[in-house]
Amino acid sequence: MDSGLRPQDERHVAEAVAWAASGNNSLTILGRGTKRSVGRPVDSEYSLDLSALDGITLYEPEELVLGAHAGTAMKTITEALEKNRQQLAFEPADLSALLGARPRGAGSIGGILAANLSGPRRIRAGAARDFFLGVRAVSGRGELFKSGGRVVKNVTGYDMCKGLAGSWGTLAVLTHVTIKVMPAPETSVSLIVGGLDDEAAVALMCEVIRTVHEVSAAAHVQQPLTGRSKVAQVSALEAAATVFRLEGVGPSVRHGTKKLEARLRKAGALETLASRASLKLWREIRDVHFLARPGDRLVWKLSVPPACGAAVVGEISSALADTQALFDWAGGLIWLSVPRDPSAHAGVIRKAVAATGGHATLFRAPANMRSALEVFPPLAPGADLLARRLKSGFDPNNILNFGRMYAGM
Amino acid sequence: MSTLTMPPADRGVLERRVQIARDLQAIVPGEGVITDEVRLKVYESDGLTAYRQVPMLAVLPSTTAEVSAVLKYCHENGIKVVPRGAGTSLSGGALPLEDGVLLGLAKFNRILDIDLDNRCAVVEPGVTNLAITEAVEGDGFYYAPDPSSQIACTIGGNVAENSGGVHCLKYGLTTNNILGLEMVLITGEVIRIGGRHLDADGYDLLGLMTGSEGLLGVITEVTVRILQKPEIARALLIGFETSEQAGRCVADIIGRGIIAAGMEMMDKLAIHAADDFAQADYPRDVEALLIVELDGSLPEVEHLVEQVTKIATKNEARTLRVSRSEKERLLFWAGRKAAFPAIGRISPDYYCMDGTIPRHRLPEVLAQIRKLSKKYGLRVANVFHAGDGNLHPLILYDANTKDELERAEAFGADILKLCVAVGGVLTGEHGVGVEKRDLMSTMFNDHDLKHQQRVKCAFDPKGLLNPGKVFPVLHRCAELGRMHVHKGSLAFPDIPRF
Repeated sequence: MDSGLRPQDERHVAEAVAWAASGNNSLTILGRGTKRSVGRPVDSEYSLDLSALDGITLYEPEELVLGAHAGTAMKTITEALEKNRQQLAFEPADLSALLGARPRGAGSIGGILAANLSGPRRIRAGAARDFFLGVRAVSGRGELFKSGGRVVKNVTGYDMCKGLAGSWGTLAVLTHVTIKVMPAPETSVSLIVGGLDDEAAVALMCEVIRTVHEVSAAAHVQQPLTGRSKVAQVSALEAAATVFRLEGVGPSVRHGTKKLEARLRKAGALETLASRASLKLWREIRDVHFLARPGDRLVWKLSVPPACGAAVVGEISSALADTQALFDWAGGLIWLSVPRDPSAHAGVIRKAVAATGGHATLFRAPANMRSALEVFPPLAPGADLLARRLKSGFDPNNILNFGRMYAGM
Repeated sequence: MSTLTMPPADRGVLERRVQIARDLQAIVPGEGVITDEVRLKVYESDGLTAYRQVPMLAVLPSTTAEVSAVLKYCHENGIKVVPRGAGTSLSGGALPLEDGVLLGLAKFNRILDIDLDNRCAVVEPGVTNLAITEAVEGDGFYYAPDPSSQIACTIGGNVAENSGGVHCLKYGLTTNNILGLEMVLITGEVIRIGGRHLDADGYDLLGLMTGSEGLLGVITEVTVRILQKPEIARALLIGFETSEQAGRCVADIIGRGIIAAGMEMMDKLAIHAADDFAQADYPRDVEALLIVELDGSLPEVEHLVEQVTKIATKNEARTLRVSRSEKERLLFWAGRKAAFPAIGRISPDYYCMDGTIPRHRLPEVLAQIRKLSKKYGLRVANVFHAGDGNLHPLILYDANTKDELERAEAFGADILKLCVAVGGVLTGEHGVGVEKRDLMSTMFNDHDLKHQQRVKCAFDPKGLLNPGKVFPVLHRCAELGRMHVHKGSLAFPDIPRF
């Protein structure tokens, strides 16, 4: 790639895309470029940088709604929400450390939605796509279109917000988004059980999230990964940490804590983290801090039925030495670090995951590996046909992030 | 009956009716194909009874393989297909076509698996919404979306319509509560999306299918998320002298960071009708009644009840009662849940609208509706999902009085346009169907609608699945696929480059 375009508003975006389409100039779509290394490398003539589409256009805390240009930095949004004691309930991750990208908070809201990235609270609150209420976007035809709105309850026409969430800029360029925001919890407490193996930890997490109502997140950090935590009570464990988070109003959290402590004491040594340390630990889990270094190891993202989490990792580890796993979503999300290999061990990993109906994405790998391998989960024939038809309907000249998700589209 | 333009019937298909029935009988043997007029009449309309059309014939398959074979046959023979669950749609989503096959999914009524470890249930599309909760409540779970028709409506229809209910602000709509689908394309191809894990891979086909109103594919299996029941739920019944006060109370509750499980508002006419019908012991001398439900652990709920009481008092609530037992809580709801039939008792007919508005615009929208009510000479009762802004004005009319239906429809259209004008949308949970089809252009321009139709073209290029619904004009896919490019330079040469 040699040259970039930096449109100043959505009319510019439409014009730039129409121009690119007319000359078959392919574009790399960038919010702020922090997740550029995810997916297959895009071989394009130009980049389309949306960072000038910046700023919050609508924020009504009592209506729980926020609108922003797609290139708005997450930091801007987070700060505005914090002032009103609100938050993005899907707890978007900042993966800059994992991906070796620019400083923290640099990612854009458009990028988060285009990647449908959600953090630990996903199991309770839903995914990024669940908070995506309205969109304005430019398709590969250079045409600006909108869908959805600013209200939560809306079934007017197809839910194009969902269609664009997780499409990694391959169908349309997001220019403006409207999202649902939620009150931030008054308090948060974490309880940690030390020393459980994967199997016991996942079983415990599955049991707890279905019995204690207030648990908003459940994760398991293997030993020796716990040593990398900057939270003293975790690094000092010298054992695996199975962590539960309770959030909400004071009385509710106190009640939940009591109930949960009673159950967890039977499982092993128990630590309690108050607000500040709890926040720090969950940020480490959310941002996959535990697997960020060394940066040359490959990192896979696995989504499986939660109860299968330990078995999947067990099967992979028995075939493959030196794997490290971080379990989130009560076992349903596994961040897996494996040693470098030209195959990225895709065969072993995808086979173990396929048995559960889940899927695996090669999230961090060098560019040559990402262009040679299937980075996103290979699609079954029917879904593949639909994906290709959607792509050709929205971007017939294949100019938007061509090949980023799947080869040839 | 109201007039409605549907796609012109294909005479060639109608002439082959007998042969088509015979061919389909070979696919779905026994009682699976219905051809006689009397039995077909059952399917002539759905919950929107103003529109009626007897289908060419009805097919009731009971396996995915049969659905696949029926669709493949229809696709190859250019026959239109209208899928149907329980037929409770309030927007005419299941209205049959004269030359179409009505594909009934009622026989898909089994719960296939309950997986408590992964907090999900796998069910066939003909299982009713309530039956899912009934199947898991013994284990302390429930399925969250609860449309008023939940005793009758099916989960397949819920997915097709993205159904809501009274708990959407906290627990979401159908789209936020399903994990996976098995579906059949019009070509007969069977596709599985998602499963028991979170976040299906690839493009979000699950998100596109949910709320697609039967235009993209036929659902044959659904994996739903089930939630553990909260320890306790309590409801507050709060009466106000004005809807402004009630509206401000709702805003203050949310502003304080309280996400209630449900917040419902009714106006005076709705309060009286519901109270007469259900004997819910509602205060009758208030202009607006709010039901606020709080759920969670006992200490949490007690804390929140206290907070909400304070907020209500600050907003000059005239009456306030907190449910003291589960029986009383259900009684508070009984009136609201029966609001539609209750209105049916005080008027020969009613027309239920379904716009959503930004909450803070409620007082002005209600004032406008009152004006329109005078203009059209028809009474209106308002039921409002105050938590999420979804407004259900019920227009009272008598179909046997000359032009009252037409007036009701014009009144309804004006209300929906008003919803769009204040920043809201045409439909919050009932769907576009045939009812709001011709209003789509008040919300969407040509580009918006064409991009939606490109989704349709990816799934159903021949446009055989449920045509005549959702889109005012259905462009041919070949035409939509064309790319109009103007060779040349950037019209905005000032776009910065780097």
